[in-house]
Amino acid sequence: MRTGVELNHPRPRHPVEASQAGAINPLGGSLHQRMLERLERLGALMVMTGKVAARAVSPPFAPSALVYQVEALGVRSMPIALLTATFAGLVISLQFGFFLARFGVQYTVGRVVVLTLFRELSPVLIALTVGARVGSGIAAELGSMTVTEQVDAIRALGADPLRKLVVPRVLACFILMPALTVLADVIGMVAGALVVNVQYGISFHLFFQGALDIVLMSDFLSGVFKGFVFGGIIGVVGCFKGLTVEGGTEGVGRATTQTVAITSVSVCLADFFITKITLYL
Amino acid sequence: MLFRHHTSRLRFRPPVQGEELIRFEHLRKSFGPKRVYDDLLLSVYAGETLTVIGGSGSGKSVLLKCLIGLLRPDDGCIFFEGQELGGFHEEDFFELRKHVAMVFQGAALFDSLTVGENIAYPLREHFPDMPPAEMWDRVAQKLKLVDLPGIEDMRPADLSGGMKKRVGLARAIATDPEVILWDEPTTGLDPVTTENINQMIRSMQKQLGCTSIVVTHDMMSAFTVSDRIAMLANRRIVQAGTPEEMRASTVPEVRAFLDARRQERQPQEEVAR
Repeated sequence: MRTGVELNHPRPRHPVEASQAGAINPLGGSLHQRMLERLERLGALMVMTGKVAARAVSPPFAPSALVYQVEALGVRSMPIALLTATFAGLVISLQFGFFLARFGVQYTVGRVVVLTLFRELSPVLIALTVGARVGSGIAAELGSMTVTEQVDAIRALGADPLRKLVVPRVLACFILMPALTVLADVIGMVAGALVVNVQYGISFHLFFQGALDIVLMSDFLSGVFKGFVFGGIIGVVGCFKGLTVEGGTEGVGRATTQTVAITSVSVCLADFFITKITLYL
Repeated sequence: MLFRHHTSRLRFRPPVQGEELIRFEHLRKSFGPKRVYDDLLLSVYAGETLTVIGGSGSGKSVLLKCLIGLLRPDDGCIFFEGQELGGFHEEDFFELRKHVAMVFQGAALFDSLTVGENIAYPLREHFPDMPPAEMWDRVAQKLKLVDLPGIEDMRPADLSGGMKKRVGLARAIATDPEVILWDEPTTGLDPVTTENINQMIRSMQKQLGCTSIVVTHDMMSAFTVSDRIAMLANRRIVQAGTPEEMRASTVPEVRAFLDARRQERQPQEEVAR
């Protein structure tokens, strides 16, 4: 079984094969090759995901490494998560309060705010802010290890980099993103209740009672599920980009930037499809 | 299937001094359009120190990485004790790596671990049932062997380049391997540390009786530590022989390399005088 580390070295293409590809393709070989390389990398990402899943459920397990990663990636991300959730709650409450007042139904602001936070804002904003921090951190750390041959050293010393480095990080992301999403739900709700109380004179009781009347457990769980999926995306993409770094320290910087871009776009795409699915459940 | 215990295909027996231990046969390797090896042939005998010399980017380090399965050749065979490694899975190489250790060019110590934990790393992987007391005894013993006793609690960031290389060596020999692969062991080191590392390579052969493959472009080191030298040029081994045979070589690639190195050293020696 090969490890993700070998993805550094793409399949060698015979010179004749390469020139033929360029000759057949009217757009020129380079575009054709770039598309093939992209597809190869996507395939390699899928293969690595499969291997990580297999290793995550088979012994030996490393709970101490998982706890360390949850602490390093999750607990240290709490300040940014709290800040994001607080301001998301404040802004959305102000906006909805303003709009709903036009229709004379500002007393429903609690329902709308909590529903929006639970289903959409908390998981997505946490994934974009915390995910950028966590994903880029993972890519930079593993990328540095790759270019300094530490990943090769792990293999040379008889260990499996996927088991040692990737599994704890991906599992930690799976755990921390839903947890931070729930935290953001609570903080966002409290911040929202506070601002509508001050700005529009809506009592805390009315805000939360209205929310409890309309919000279902499925609304809450759909947000948590989104956090779970986004966590997986962030962990897998960060690890993959880190382990496939090419071009020394410059490559580490590139991998870090690409991780943020890929995770952000993937989160938005995944959000659409998960929303589409959960609306019908 | 997921919980299946993998049994390595490698059947290891202690090597007999002087017998062929490793053979690279018709090896081909490319990275994208760049061909590194084209029909490379090389044998390594048990107990010898073989140095592979060649220009930068000629693929010297790739040879070591192919041997322990960090990279896979595109074509050709690598034999270890007569067993072909081509069909080996990653798990099969785990067993091989217990017997073949590698000292990396930049030492590749794990920054997050202490020196002691770095050296204990392969012991934990290969001997999970080893009692901690025995493991730490062995760590201390290996550090003493590389003249760095008592630095178990230091961090790699606190070490000099030469110390890092020696800790890298201590980590490599922690499992008492039969073969040590040295990737540019003296690159970037001052002359005194270079001499220490050279002595260490020789002493490893004498004390542990192990086989060494050294990859370098430092000719002084090559002539000091080697029983045999192999020159890698034009994607193949152009000559392999004793240091004396290499000095007297008429092979154009070898002559050109040796002369270039000699000219490179002359101004440095003049400055030193």
